[in-house]
Amino acid sequence: MEKALQIAQGGSFLIEDVSPTQVFTPEDFTDEQKMIAKTTEEFVVNEVLPQLEHLENHEFDRSVALLKQAGELGLLGADVPEEYGGLSLDKISSALIAEKMARAGGFSISHGAHVGIGSLPIVLFGTEEQKQKYLPALATGEKIAAYALTEPGSGSDALGAKTTAKLNAEGTHYILNGEKQWITNAGFADVFVVYAKVDGEHFSAFIVERDFPGVSTGAEEKKMGIKSSSTRTLILQDALVPKENLLGEIGKGHIIAFNILNIGRYKLGVGAVGGAKRALEVTIQYANQRQQFKTPISKFTLTQEKLATMASKLYAAESSVYRTVGLFEARMGQLTDEQAKDGKETAKAIAEYAIECSLNKVFATEMLDYIVDEGVQIHGGYGFMQEYEIERMYRDSRINRIFEGTNEINRLLVPGMYLRKAMKGELPLLQKAQQLQEELMMLMPEEVGDGVLEQEKYLVRHAKKIALMVAGLAAQKFGPKLEKEQEVLVNIADIVSNVYAMESALLRTEKAIAQSGVEKNKQKVLYTQIFCQEAFNEIEAHAKETIVAVEHGDMLRMMLSALRKLTRHTPINIIAKKREAAQALIEAERYVV
Amino acid sequence: MNIFVLMKRTFDTEEKIVIQNGKVSEEGAEFIINPYDEYAIEEAIQVRDQHGGEVTVVTIGNEDAEKELRTALAMGADKAVLINIEDDVENRDQYTTAKVLAEYLKDKEADLILAGNVAIDGGSGQVGPRVAELLGIPYVTTITKLEIDGTNVKAVRDVEGDEEVIETSLPLLVTAQQGLNEPRYPSLPGIMKAKKKPLEELELDDLDLEEDDVEAKTKTIEIFLPPKKEAGKILQGDIADQVKELVSLLHTEAKVI
Repeated sequence: MEKALQIAQGGSFLIEDVSPTQVFTPEDFTDEQKMIAKTTEEFVVNEVLPQLEHLENHEFDRSVALLKQAGELGLLGADVPEEYGGLSLDKISSALIAEKMARAGGFSISHGAHVGIGSLPIVLFGTEEQKQKYLPALATGEKIAAYALTEPGSGSDALGAKTTAKLNAEGTHYILNGEKQWITNAGFADVFVVYAKVDGEHFSAFIVERDFPGVSTGAEEKKMGIKSSSTRTLILQDALVPKENLLGEIGKGHIIAFNILNIGRYKLGVGAVGGAKRALEVTIQYANQRQQFKTPISKFTLTQEKLATMASKLYAAESSVYRTVGLFEARMGQLTDEQAKDGKETAKAIAEYAIECSLNKVFATEMLDYIVDEGVQIHGGYGFMQEYEIERMYRDSRINRIFEGTNEINRLLVPGMYLRKAMKGELPLLQKAQQLQEELMMLMPEEVGDGVLEQEKYLVRHAKKIALMVAGLAAQKFGPKLEKEQEVLVNIADIVSNVYAMESALLRTEKAIAQSGVEKNKQKVLYTQIFCQEAFNEIEAHAKETIVAVEHGDMLRMMLSALRKLTRHTPINIIAKKREAAQALIEAERYVV
Repeated sequence: MNIFVLMKRTFDTEEKIVIQNGKVSEEGAEFIINPYDEYAIEEAIQVRDQHGGEVTVVTIGNEDAEKELRTALAMGADKAVLINIEDDVENRDQYTTAKVLAEYLKDKEADLILAGNVAIDGGSGQVGPRVAELLGIPYVTTITKLEIDGTNVKAVRDVEGDEEVIETSLPLLVTAQQGLNEPRYPSLPGIMKAKKKPLEELELDDLDLEEDDVEAKTKTIEIFLPPKKEAGKILQGDIADQVKELVSLLHTEAKVI
């Protein structure tokens, strides 16, 4: 019993068996959470979408008005504590708001930047005075927030910032100098969280108001997508920032930056799920309505193949992100009242799952990019025309793989974070890898049961072993030099990512079956089967490529033979499964589970 | 002012109707507050905000209807009442509903009762007027405007696109038509507050009613879907020929003449 109550450690899914009862799934949403989702959706459909064309034309007065309206509905205060005018909602509600907001395209970026990376640094790391001063106005939308980290010369290398802060002679103000680039909401934000190096050395965060002397913004950027969000340079020319507006400690800005990135990443994952649902919906509707050769194109099995693949990936991503949010929530639920009030404890609860945050960001944003791309393809020439929503979604999607840490950076981070956890003794990775080595020596072929999802359980179990084998091999071979082997690191990350997504889909489906039986969850079973098979194929390819790059001679032959043992299985008939899964989608004209 | 709203939980407007074993299947369907009842709830909240008092939303259904009641509370209603007659009454119709509601309302000293003009599922539009009859109070149906001054009421009715202005007095029952107002969506603080608002559950017993008192007065003989829409036909040729063909088709194919 004790064990069931334990909350999984960050990253531990790779080496532990997880039971369906341990994960949070979208089937577990409360009525209240669904109501919050519905209000958000109605706000987007009734208030934002009718104005979207104006927003795309940079009529940002409308964005500000809409954000205020969102504030009145409570859509800006989910993560702000009640004592500062917010709602102190659970993280699942907060995620649902982000998911439903996604349909608003660039406006969702304005919203996300305000409530997420803009407001959260103050929520989590602000002093009592700072919280009292800024949060009530941010929760209502009376003031809009922005986040200024990137500089022309420092993107992925965020700590290489050149912006400086120097205490003035009187000791009352910091004088900030530098340029922050691509700042979302910069056109109208009142409050910026700005990173600068005190005395050119100590990376620190500041709360900078637009009206402070020396603060200005550049011209509106001309972007490929998310045009309905404002993006400008923030220019700091001897900007005068009161001393008390230092956020956190001098030289500890990176702690704030990394924590905020974790949150930004999972929120992007959630947003991608929301965007993908809409993209799939308009695509299925189009496929049903468009006729060629006197047949709706959704009747062609190749279209069906595409729709089913899209939906299966979406199912895996949706299962993954809500599983992760459920982990935050469980961990925060364990905090004492006092701890819960301390933003740093909240940040810590999320940082525990930094690996999952990165995995979600990468997997979900690439899932979205895949879906909008295939969405355009199914629309044919019409998908290339601006009259069709999918055209905007295609452009809007692209930035997701770049911001909040490029997907490449996020991939590279995953093995590194695992190594650190192993070194610190937080995860018994090395022991597990050794155990596996012994096990591989005498690995006997395993019979796969023929019950529902038995094959998928087998694939997940073996995928974890493959991940451990490949990562262990690389660590052994390269030691500390592994850091330089970026292709290998990325392959490992991709394997781990697929493991997380496969397992999340599987556990969700198992949990649903336990609750309401197989009959009511056929579609979930199909998605799980399709996704697990395809992800496993990718895992095999990545593993093989890595082993061949790392080993040679007899060792290589031995490792490849071990991999063959681990990947032995009879594949399912994916083509038939996809045809079957597509039927429910075509019938409902939207993503259904 | 003591305000009551009669609410029904209905299929979502986008649901496809499936008939199974002679009944409309509720399997996996999404449910909503009947859209006309949403106007009624919104109006009730506005009247309360203007004149003071309390809004109680009443529904007849099973515990699933709690969700819609909570939504009404989240919009701003003060109290909710669920009258659960599922286990007690097998055959129900508009008479049953009206009788139960009237029995519940008879000692509540309601000043104003609002309902939707029609439910989008059954579509009878009877429950509101029947309740008013049973309570012996005036009623105005399909209103698009409501003005209350003391106990004097001026209501605008929608009559097939025209308007009819009616003056009457409280206590009163009105049924809401589209155009009466723009229903708000529940705000997040509203949703949080709704958790703590009272939701009372009653059964037939609590109203001193027996099953026989509320037994349906009608019998449903058959439930069927409308015939599938066939592709249209465009007649060609001389007008005279077309008319001839049309008449013959109306006789032989459509069989409406």
